[in-house]
Amino acid sequence: MSQLDYLAPATADEAVKALGGAGARAMAGGTDLLVQLRAGRAKPNVIVDLKRIAGAVGIRQEAGAFIIGAATSGAAIGEHAALVKAWPGVVEATNLIGSTQVQGRATLAGNLCNASPAADSVPAMIAARAVCVIIGPGGRREAPVEAICTAPGRTSLAPGEFVLEIRLPARPARASDAYLRLIPRTEMDIAVVGAGVSLVLDGAGVITDAQVSLGAVAPTALLVADASLALVGSKLDEAALAKLDAAARDACRPISDKRGTAEYRTKIAGVLARRAAAIAYSRAGGQA
Amino acid sequence: MSKQHVSTIVNGDPVEFLADPGMTLLDALRDELDLTGSKEGCGSGDCGACSVILDGRLVCSCLVLAPEAEGRRVETIEGLAHGSELHPLQQKFLEHAALQCGFCTPGLLMASKALLDVNPDPTESEARYWLAGNLCRCTGYDKIIRAVMDAAAELRQERV
Repeated sequence: MSQLDYLAPATADEAVKALGGAGARAMAGGTDLLVQLRAGRAKPNVIVDLKRIAGAVGIRQEAGAFIIGAATSGAAIGEHAALVKAWPGVVEATNLIGSTQVQGRATLAGNLCNASPAADSVPAMIAARAVCVIIGPGGRREAPVEAICTAPGRTSLAPGEFVLEIRLPARPARASDAYLRLIPRTEMDIAVVGAGVSLVLDGAGVITDAQVSLGAVAPTALLVADASLALVGSKLDEAALAKLDAAARDACRPISDKRGTAEYRTKIAGVLARRAAAIAYSRAGGQA
Repeated sequence: MSKQHVSTIVNGDPVEFLADPGMTLLDALRDELDLTGSKEGCGSGDCGACSVILDGRLVCSCLVLAPEAEGRRVETIEGLAHGSELHPLQQKFLEHAALQCGFCTPGLLMASKALLDVNPDPTESEARYWLAGNLCRCTGYDKIIRAVMDAAAELRQERV
């Protein structure tokens, strides 16, 4: 291994400086980066560990919103009762990633910035309208999660930039979310298709806001605007579900690989979107 | 690149070592500290043979960089027994013949300890899911699960 350095800055400013050089890579949990390092697929000169930066580890609430530090582990996210109650779909998606050991390290920001099209937490975060707080040489900016991945393994982050926090917005009453994925076994596999749905209902059970996202059916996780339109104004009746199913299938641009053909992925995307919507609806207090 | 000086606590004892920046915690434990109980199976976080507890969290030590351990607390298989007295998990693994070749055993014991630390009374399903990141190619897992459930029962007795 040539000339590798490890830095663990204590402040965001130091991290920006450390990440400014050529060949620098940010590390949150490291569960993807260290595998790539060992396989020779990543050859950084410097690894910049984000875990010692103030605010990078931990979950706090501000006016009902949840602010999740970039390096907060999946295990810590799963143990946070208020977060589980407000955003069960984001939490279940996060906790699907890897084993107990991987949950001890893996993070939302890392799952996002690794930019796998099949990342489990990403469709759930997009459905949740999660926003990234990005720190870089130009200061601080915010971007929605769907603006981060541009292609498999590629992000829109500029050199020197890193995600410090992920913000989940405050929830009104009668709102919830859900994430489902299909894998060929019961544990620890990569999604063939993933579907995240977030819904807000009114007092009569009518959907007033909906956000639907699909994973593993395109080069990046998709925000399916037509699927949201299919649901708003409905009580999740069969007609709305059929429109959701069709919109989800229309959005798919999948590849065929050993996990599933493009045709199979497209079909399943519709099925999982329906089922995730039904779970989110029920969690939000709707009676289907 | 120069080596980094790392001070950490392993099984309750302060230790210091020098690490290449890209060295894993697993390699540091084995090669710098001569704690060879933690095993390298896959080196990519899939098999769990290198499982250790880092600041109270079960992790694969092959997916942790050694310099990350600075100021942290690491628990390894070498700290599980009290002197010559085996931990109940170790004793039950022997009684139930929950190992054959033994390569996965240190990782399974540490993963099981981490489970019982947070959940003293797991269901069999909970134990199986918790241990899904520890691969064993000999036993078929059944004896391991029986040993863990039996050890959990014994530890609950001791607490009464």
